[in-house]
Amino acid sequence: MGNPTGWKPSMEKDAKTTTAAHAEVGAGGATRGIVHEEPLLFERGSTGRSGVSLPAAGGDFDPARELPAALLRGGVEGMPEISELEVVRHFTRMSSWNHGIDTGFYPLGSCTMKYNPKSSEALARLPGFANVHPLAPAELAQGALELMYRLERALSEIAGFDQTTLAPAAGAQGELCGLMLIRAYHQAHGNPRKKVLIPDTAHGTNPASSALNGYEVVQLSSGADGRLHPETVKAAMDEDVAAIMITNPNTLGIFESHIAEIAEIVHAKGGLVYGDGANMNALLGVARPGDMGFDVMQYNLHKTFATPHGGGGPGSGPVGVKAELAPFLPLPAVVKEGERYRLVVDPKERPQTIGKLREFWGNFGMFVRAWALIREYGPEGVAQTGKLAVLNANYLRKLLQGAYNLPYETDSLHEVVFDDKLQKAHGVTTMDVAKRLIDHGFHPPTVYFPLVVSGALMIEPTETESKETLERFAAAMKAIAEEAQADPDAVKAAPTRPFRARLDETRAARKPILRWSPGMKVE
Amino acid sequence: MRYHPHTPEDVRAMLDAIGAESLDALFRSIPQRLRLSRPLDLPPAADEITLFSELRALSARNDTAHPPFVGAGCYAHHVPPVVDQLLLRGEFFTAYTPYQPEISQGTLQALFEWQTFVCLLTGMDVSNASMYDGATATAEAALMATRVTGRSKIVVSAAVHPEYRKVLATYLRSTGDEIATVPFGADGRTDLAALEKAVDGETAAVIVGYPSFLGVVDALPEAAAIAKRAGALTISVTAEAVALGLLQAPGALGADVAVGTFQSFGNPVSFGGPAPGFFALREQYLRQMPGRVCGATVDKHGRRGFVLTLSTREQHIRREKATSNICTNSGLCALAATIHLSLLGKKGLAELARLNYARGRMLKDALGRAGIAPVFSAPAFNEMAFDVGDAEAVVARLAKRGIAAGAPLGRWYPELPKAKGALLCVATELHTPELIELFAQSVKG
Amino acid sequence: MEIPDTLKYTREHEWARTKGTQVVIGITDFAQDHLGDVVFVELPDVGDTVKKGESFGVVESTKAVSELFAPVSGKVVEVNDPLGDTPETINDDPYEEGWMIVVEPSDPKELDALMDAKAYRAFVEEQE
Repeated sequence: MGNPTGWKPSMEKDAKTTTAAHAEVGAGGATRGIVHEEPLLFERGSTGRSGVSLPAAGGDFDPARELPAALLRGGVEGMPEISELEVVRHFTRMSSWNHGIDTGFYPLGSCTMKYNPKSSEALARLPGFANVHPLAPAELAQGALELMYRLERALSEIAGFDQTTLAPAAGAQGELCGLMLIRAYHQAHGNPRKKVLIPDTAHGTNPASSALNGYEVVQLSSGADGRLHPETVKAAMDEDVAAIMITNPNTLGIFESHIAEIAEIVHAKGGLVYGDGANMNALLGVARPGDMGFDVMQYNLHKTFATPHGGGGPGSGPVGVKAELAPFLPLPAVVKEGERYRLVVDPKERPQTIGKLREFWGNFGMFVRAWALIREYGPEGVAQTGKLAVLNANYLRKLLQGAYNLPYETDSLHEVVFDDKLQKAHGVTTMDVAKRLIDHGFHPPTVYFPLVVSGALMIEPTETESKETLERFAAAMKAIAEEAQADPDAVKAAPTRPFRARLDETRAARKPILRWSPGMKVE
Repeated sequence: MRYHPHTPEDVRAMLDAIGAESLDALFRSIPQRLRLSRPLDLPPAADEITLFSELRALSARNDTAHPPFVGAGCYAHHVPPVVDQLLLRGEFFTAYTPYQPEISQGTLQALFEWQTFVCLLTGMDVSNASMYDGATATAEAALMATRVTGRSKIVVSAAVHPEYRKVLATYLRSTGDEIATVPFGADGRTDLAALEKAVDGETAAVIVGYPSFLGVVDALPEAAAIAKRAGALTISVTAEAVALGLLQAPGALGADVAVGTFQSFGNPVSFGGPAPGFFALREQYLRQMPGRVCGATVDKHGRRGFVLTLSTREQHIRREKATSNICTNSGLCALAATIHLSLLGKKGLAELARLNYARGRMLKDALGRAGIAPVFSAPAFNEMAFDVGDAEAVVARLAKRGIAAGAPLGRWYPELPKAKGALLCVATELHTPELIELFAQSVKG
Repeated sequence: MEIPDTLKYTREHEWARTKGTQVVIGITDFAQDHLGDVVFVELPDVGDTVKKGESFGVVESTKAVSELFAPVSGKVVEVNDPLGDTPETINDDPYEEGWMIVVEPSDPKELDALMDAKAYRAFVEEQE
């Protein structure tokens, strides 16, 4: 029986709602705007409308005459029938219920929610990029291939690896890819080994990816300073251990400063060191995982290189490796032969490859955006990104210290983790603080993670936020801390401003309604 | 640097507040010997004008003047401008996964609508919030079938997309599950006698394309009946989802799980990614479904709203016991598909599907007049393999004219009797009758 | 925090109550409170065997999954099926209506190794 998060979901249906306990305008600029209710697409009653303009088919081809009747359908029942303007309003109204980076500060720890440059979007939409087919002959796709080649070189350089595969669809698939490479490497040395060591601060994807790749997970405890210690690794390390997975800086925002020694311990027993590159933003241009003993690491382009996450994805999870793992990399690889670029897709050219991880060549649209940002930054801009991300996190840490408990006082890099210890004395939890931040116009930090901190508030400001934004956020956090003492019920009633108040997640899980169907009722 | 708002005075003031001497001092926890002592070896910074001129030149080295006649799992369709315009609203575009439902209702309602569209088109009870792509959705479906049935053999038709089968093999290598591949017959449909033989009491799932990689409307109902008799699940795979506007829903033909991609709706081909993979299934398997799912609920005032739900299946809670390691999916691509499907509606989708069917038939007739016959006789949707004599030579020849002619099947099926000649070609609403005629003449040479 | 004197307890927060030769099993008030609103429970079937200290099912809130560990070994003779539809019973009444399974123990002496109410109370206080 366990619930390490310290988060106890409990829906209070009749919680007291307060209206006047906060200022009319939140520190992040939140007031009530023009917000509309909007039904589901499928709840609209009209028939015969459509929002598309299509050419006549031409010719006389009737599927009913040519295909077996049993395989045909009359039309998709339940589909909406809406004009173009109605569709535009539907989604425009819905968008107003969302908070994005473009709306306001988004300090979601470990997600690196930095500004998504508009020029990257325009560039990804150039017809030559958007409309090039993955199976177009190489001579019709030289631009795409060259871009992939250059991005591969740049990513290898930035993290200090010999080669990088662009194939993985997202960070978690990058992890899986890395573990497959590790398995293939050990297999080639005669024994795939059995276990993967993972510190207790790790993202949930680390153990999930290990298990998906058939490895047993051994959890390691981090020390009182929030770091993994060499003696812990030494005690767990044996020749059954395939690898250790380390996020550096870890999810507490703390640099694993024993990394080189840990890598030595693992390497001495023939194990490999996997780096979860989710927090790569902290190290840009300052230090390189490949120089610290990591053998393999995944990037998350939507974090470090500002590709949009669009409410859940897409991601892109390139994986960098040291030379000894390169023969096992998934297909395709992009090679340059003279002035021509070519995709290697035939396993005969890479006999030790782990194979294909996803269809085609990777999330190319994300490659264009990431490359555009790297080009715009240049070496100084990339390095400045890492430094300013760390400056911002440390500034917020300074501003918030005292108002919130800091469970680990070790130096922070790009993010800092507080908890709700001081507020809990007044019955106010991390979730309450998070919801109250919404009333101030800010997206809450990551909450209840990492699991080593009960009631964690994990704050990652990123480098694209200004000093004033950080100060406004800190002011809101402090106001909430004060309110938690003076009027805890007001905090607990939050949020009061957005389109919806606290939603009943318990109800959603007990009686799942996961799609519209005729007569749908939610009570 | 326009994305960095810090003035030198800001930096100084912030450092002073922190009590650090310099930016470098903030990194004292990184041992000096682990730090990079030189600038990164990257091209120098580019201003916006330089950046655009450079990337425009690069993009111009991709010849996309003509819509591609190659599909093979990635389909060029018309994307109405409405899709991009709405998609680019920063509130959608720059949001993360909707962890805070009160300020993510836009994303969440759109996901709920996506899940509904997937269910309507596939005839399934439940859909998740999207997958990376069709190939990984297929692999995850196979893994799910092994969990549901406790069995370890996956039987897959050779007519399922070769890339999907490769990904399936990659995913299953570490679990030790077995894959048996069943050939297709001369008509292009899965060989049912061979399927019957391959499916046994150890079979967790049968995987069939619908339409298949060969463009053929495969024998899904018959394959599902065989699977059912053996207690195995049937997984249907759809890469050209426009077909579902014309063809019977996989769920109505016996499929238990429907996977694939909705790239055809609202998403450009973009050199193969990103695209919204989908994953739909019968309700009884819900607890074994991978990925995120959005559900309806009420807020504390009783108003309807949406949340991510059933998350205990997922990696951030169940960790190594999760149903999958997937975290980020393809939410934005799913939103694009949802917007496009909303525009299409019932009437537009049916029209688009018939239009694609018609253009496929037009291609067949045009090539027929040029003396080029289809390789397979089974009914097709908008994509067919044609015997062009030497497929690689045709591809090379048409590439010189800026046309992506098709996918030579010999690359994936060297054992096929007509492997050398078979060229898989597609025609969609983007291929006008004139262009199709021109193409047929060019293929003839 | 309710901790009935008549029950035996595990370190994983299950309780066990003897009923004739059989043992009724559920989770404690502390456990349900710690989890928050229970939304799902997965229990074995009648006829299955459970082994002391090993998992016999799971209980979930929206944010946490907890395995259920058997306080004694034996054969499952009864399962509280209605919990499938009304998992909230576990929150509302963990010691009575919220019972989970009844086991015919293979070695009733295993019960003796469990904590009594006093020991469990001390254990919980230490956990807090």
